[in-house]
Amino acid sequence: MSAPIPRGAPETPSRPDDRPPLDPAVLRGEFPLLAANPDFAYLDSAATTQKPGAVLDALDRFYRESNANVHRGLYPLAEKATAAYEGARGEVAHFLGALAREVVWTRGTTESINLVAQSWGRASLGPGDAVLLTGMEHHAGLVPWQILAAERGFELRFLPFDARGELELERLEALFEDGRVRLVGVVHGSNVLGTINPVERIAAFAHERGALVLVDAAQTVPHRRVDVRSLGADFLAFSGHKAYGPTGIGVLWAREALLETMPPWQGGGDMILSVRLEKSTWNELPYKFEAGTPDIAGAVGLAAALRWLDSLGRDRIAEAERSLTAYAVGRLAAVEGLRLLGEPDERGPLAAFDLEGVHPHDVAQFLGKEGLAVRSGHHCAQPVHRELGLAASARASFAVHTTRDEIDRLAEALVRCRRYFS
Amino acid sequence: MSDFDELYQEIILDHYRRPRGAARLDEVPEGEIHENPTCGDSLKLKVEYGPDGRIARVLHESRGCAISVASASMLTGAVAGLVPAEALSLAGEVEAALRGQGDDPRGFLEGNGELAALAGVAAFPARVKCASLAWRALESALAPPPGTDRGS
Repeated sequence: MSAPIPRGAPETPSRPDDRPPLDPAVLRGEFPLLAANPDFAYLDSAATTQKPGAVLDALDRFYRESNANVHRGLYPLAEKATAAYEGARGEVAHFLGALAREVVWTRGTTESINLVAQSWGRASLGPGDAVLLTGMEHHAGLVPWQILAAERGFELRFLPFDARGELELERLEALFEDGRVRLVGVVHGSNVLGTINPVERIAAFAHERGALVLVDAAQTVPHRRVDVRSLGADFLAFSGHKAYGPTGIGVLWAREALLETMPPWQGGGDMILSVRLEKSTWNELPYKFEAGTPDIAGAVGLAAALRWLDSLGRDRIAEAERSLTAYAVGRLAAVEGLRLLGEPDERGPLAAFDLEGVHPHDVAQFLGKEGLAVRSGHHCAQPVHRELGLAASARASFAVHTTRDEIDRLAEALVRCRRYFS
Repeated sequence: MSDFDELYQEIILDHYRRPRGAARLDEVPEGEIHENPTCGDSLKLKVEYGPDGRIARVLHESRGCAISVASASMLTGAVAGLVPAEALSLAGEVEAALRGQGDDPRGFLEGNGELAALAGVAAFPARVKCASLAWRALESALAPPPGTDRGS
């Protein structure tokens, strides 16, 4: 049987953080991989973050001191493992301003969205319904709905973005006009354009018209305050590995009342109350959605990552990264022949760009030899690139350890790169 | 020579800057457009035959990185004058060599004229797809539709 689930602590009113600004050069020292490679500039945190020692220690300590399966054994070690695992769930809930029983562990954002599609979507959507997505979704926000739409016969609609990379909110009225939209899937932070989307406004609009809202927060959870209630989300997904946690663990948060109505999507151990040969009854929330032995250490590691983020202060992180990103945008825009993709009002800590005459693969390879790690390709967002008339782009993305010196090195290397290939 | 310098040898950069056989190929059917799934790059390729059934020339329209454009450009020189069966066999061998397979992949490329410049690709597994794209397109262009005879 399941251990009692701690409730997420109520949101404490946020006081202004009067500590001095974060110093990325000092924070670098908290990342063993970066500390061991002082000349290496890791500018690919939007793909996956490097891991601070606090997270690596938590993983190591769990396996050394607390490892057992959860929700099963009655001996003290099993109780310790269960307490660590459920404690982690409580910490995630607190981090999101949610209840612990609303937090479902998954393998990551992609699996979280697939869970919503295969459970809520399969039970709720059919011919005559529509799901509204944005033109800047990551493939993970598109493909699960394409698969289900082909099977269930509902319509997919798209909210386009403009030349600056902002969603064209004035089109919402027309998209909702026939009353068929049941769900809006929106990425909180675009992984290509950098746009931070006004999820609160979209959610208010959708709710007035009876639609639910699914937020892909993979690119925002590591960088700013994400509170599910103030966003107005009904579902929210994020990945541990983009938030300084381990790979293979992620979260689906959903409103309790919704989770109650949703059928399980995978069957197995831990998700059942009782099993007869022909029929079973489902466990309580959130275990109904967690079949099989979970990534216990991953959950513990993710909680350690969120604790580490909170110890730095999420507002301080947002402030430091905002200033660093503004600096990077200025430096990159000044590189001759470089075009930034998107000029959103509010930009997350990343900048994708096209360097005239040089293919993104060649840009990334050139920068790689200079000790600068950037991503090249379509970043799992082919429709965004197609809309911009590109097949691919290069992208530099930032984290708490990114320094202005690294941005300077990037800008200077890009100038040399263009010369090399032209 | 560093791995990077071997990858981007002057001959690769020369083929990238002035690709041989580059053309606008609007008439190539949709199914003959080859895409690199890692970056969405695309390549169209057209084979023209001489009266003797040999490959007279290969034209390509490449949207891609230096490695994929240079590989397509070098392909046009490497297969001109071959009968389709020879070109198919060469394509298979080049692809295997790019993946580092076979007895002596480097030796094979180095024994094939300008293709020697592609020997550096094997050190960068992520770039093998870039270098292989044109050769895969060639294989598809040479595989004759059932019931036709291209006179090889």
